[in-house]
Amino acid sequence: MSIETSATVGRFGPFGGRYVPETLVPALLELEEAYAAARADPAFGKQVTQVLKEFVGRETPLTPAHRLTAAWGGAQVWLKREDLAHTGAHKINNTIGQVLLALRMGKKRIIAETGAGQHGVATATACALFGLPCEVYMGALDVERQALNVFRMRALGATVRPVELGSKTLKDAMNEAMRTWVSQVQDTHYVIGSAAGPHPYPTIVRDFQAIIGQEVRTQSQALFGRLPDAIIACVGGGSNAIGVLHPFIGDKQVRLVGVEAGGHGLNTQQHGASLTLGTEGVLHGSRSLVLQDENGQIQEAHSISAGLDYPGVGPELAFLVKTGRMEIRTATDDEALQAFYEVSRSEGILPALETSHAFARGAELARELGKGKHLVINCSGRGDKDVATIAARGIPAAITGNKS
Amino acid sequence: MSGEIAAAFAKAKARGEGALVAYAMAGDPDLPRSVDVFAAMVEGGADILEIGVAFSDPIADGPVIQEASERALKAGASLKRVLNEVVPEVRKRCPETPLVVMTYINVVMALGEEKYAKLAREKGISGTILPDLPPEESVGIRAAFDAVGLDLIPLCAPTTPPARAEAIARDARGFVYCVSVAGVTGMRAELPVDLSSRLELVKRASPVPITAGFGISTAEQARAIGAHADGVVVGSALVRAAHADGPAAARQLCAEIKRGLKR
Repeated sequence: MSIETSATVGRFGPFGGRYVPETLVPALLELEEAYAAARADPAFGKQVTQVLKEFVGRETPLTPAHRLTAAWGGAQVWLKREDLAHTGAHKINNTIGQVLLALRMGKKRIIAETGAGQHGVATATACALFGLPCEVYMGALDVERQALNVFRMRALGATVRPVELGSKTLKDAMNEAMRTWVSQVQDTHYVIGSAAGPHPYPTIVRDFQAIIGQEVRTQSQALFGRLPDAIIACVGGGSNAIGVLHPFIGDKQVRLVGVEAGGHGLNTQQHGASLTLGTEGVLHGSRSLVLQDENGQIQEAHSISAGLDYPGVGPELAFLVKTGRMEIRTATDDEALQAFYEVSRSEGILPALETSHAFARGAELARELGKGKHLVINCSGRGDKDVATIAARGIPAAITGNKS
Repeated sequence: MSGEIAAAFAKAKARGEGALVAYAMAGDPDLPRSVDVFAAMVEGGADILEIGVAFSDPIADGPVIQEASERALKAGASLKRVLNEVVPEVRKRCPETPLVVMTYINVVMALGEEKYAKLAREKGISGTILPDLPPEESVGIRAAFDAVGLDLIPLCAPTTPPARAEAIARDARGFVYCVSVAGVTGMRAELPVDLSSRLELVKRASPVPITAGFGISTAEQARAIGAHADGVVVGSALVRAAHADGPAAARQLCAEIKRGLKR
């Protein structure tokens, strides 16, 4: 036997690959093979589709946002409603698919990491549905920030393991989940929630999330007779973004826009803007754009949103940005908060703080596009999980003054 | 090939001993005092020194080495500073001992793979271990290392299937680092029962010496492994000893493990 190089396998241009301890390589090869077989098996596809329909509630609607459209004075705004998927975010699309894949592979238990808790809840949900034990690693700081989701995971029967190392956020939870996986790789499947990590994860997660964009294609044809002129999504690790954008990569007339966490501002070093300010590096098993210092030490990211304070990003998004196919912008914590209230009050939808970043750049994009154009905003998740964080800051006087 | 590593194994063998590859974290507790730890380990009988360079996200390491990384980063350790400030001092005090760097690929990439290879060789480094760089990803970097005679030391895991283990061994530089347990670095009370047969398989295929590491902390474990491998790697146990009781404790533990390696 000789060992093939992965110069092309699992690569998106220079990004991607499989940078993990040798202990995990055979498991990743097994996963790659099992996934290829599952993908080629119509029965597996049918099973996933059926669970998504009967349990998750797909398809999710494409809702016209009449009052935002009027207020922004530009393109017609449409909301892809992943907040209406069971568990309240797009994350469930991937966990259903991966847990079914794990069952097919004969795995006995599931581990996962989570930042905001949405992926943890989605994994715990899929595990409860199919009767698999589930362990979720979560940064201790996020355990505090996302108490509601911690309770939900525990109620669903999952074990939540707070990680006290490093920045105590998603990055450290992912390190700990990988370390655990190294010790238990024979009978355990690691459900990664972002389109990140070692090959084949970025491909698997993207494929399971691409249902979002595929539905947008069909729905936009039915609702306004053509493809949207632009699609905008928030980017942490990037699973909702690659999911809604991927089916449109070949449609050059569709502008693809990602919005990263600007945190306290791009000049403060307290942000999560790895596509905007990151440099090439290896984090959590793949080569991508990462926030790091000149010595290759990974920097701590910051965002008001626990789902966006990750110093890396999925390799395919890095490739799309590097090649110019995708535009990247940022929104600060304050802009996201402002957008949260704006969307809540004008559309009757409490968006997740992650999603609020996409909304924060929506107005300018709608105006850039102009009237007669169609803008889709991926409403990746609902904000119920964030109300404690947001309420703790108090409703700004400017907002209460306008509306009360 | 550097040649120094092979010579160190041969010397130990000629004395009727298995080789001890001893790991410590450069910069723990600070840069100068980590030099004392390395020197003490050689006094205790270490045949090869493994110089840990801290990384912020060490996914192959258990808690003992993770915490050492955090201390080293706080003390200002970086690959450049380790090569410029720690390695020359260690060289001075242990001129006969081959030095091997262990760090993560991102740390080397940040400096530049070719630049690192050249600088490391200039400073007297014989080999490098990158635990998150499996063979599939290592072709380019190995060519850069080969060009200057720096050995890229491969790892073999308990989960590695036999044919793959043989392929890794056949192509190895320096020595083969057989990971004894499926897991991260750290001490273990017991080692897997099938370890000896895995070591024999790798040994048959490998043109270079083979070692086992991860989980080894006692003379008894060293003796058991020494029957099937050319040496052992000890890391977490030494890091813990040095952190708790200073260089002398690391020296003593090295001497104890060396006793286990006598044939």
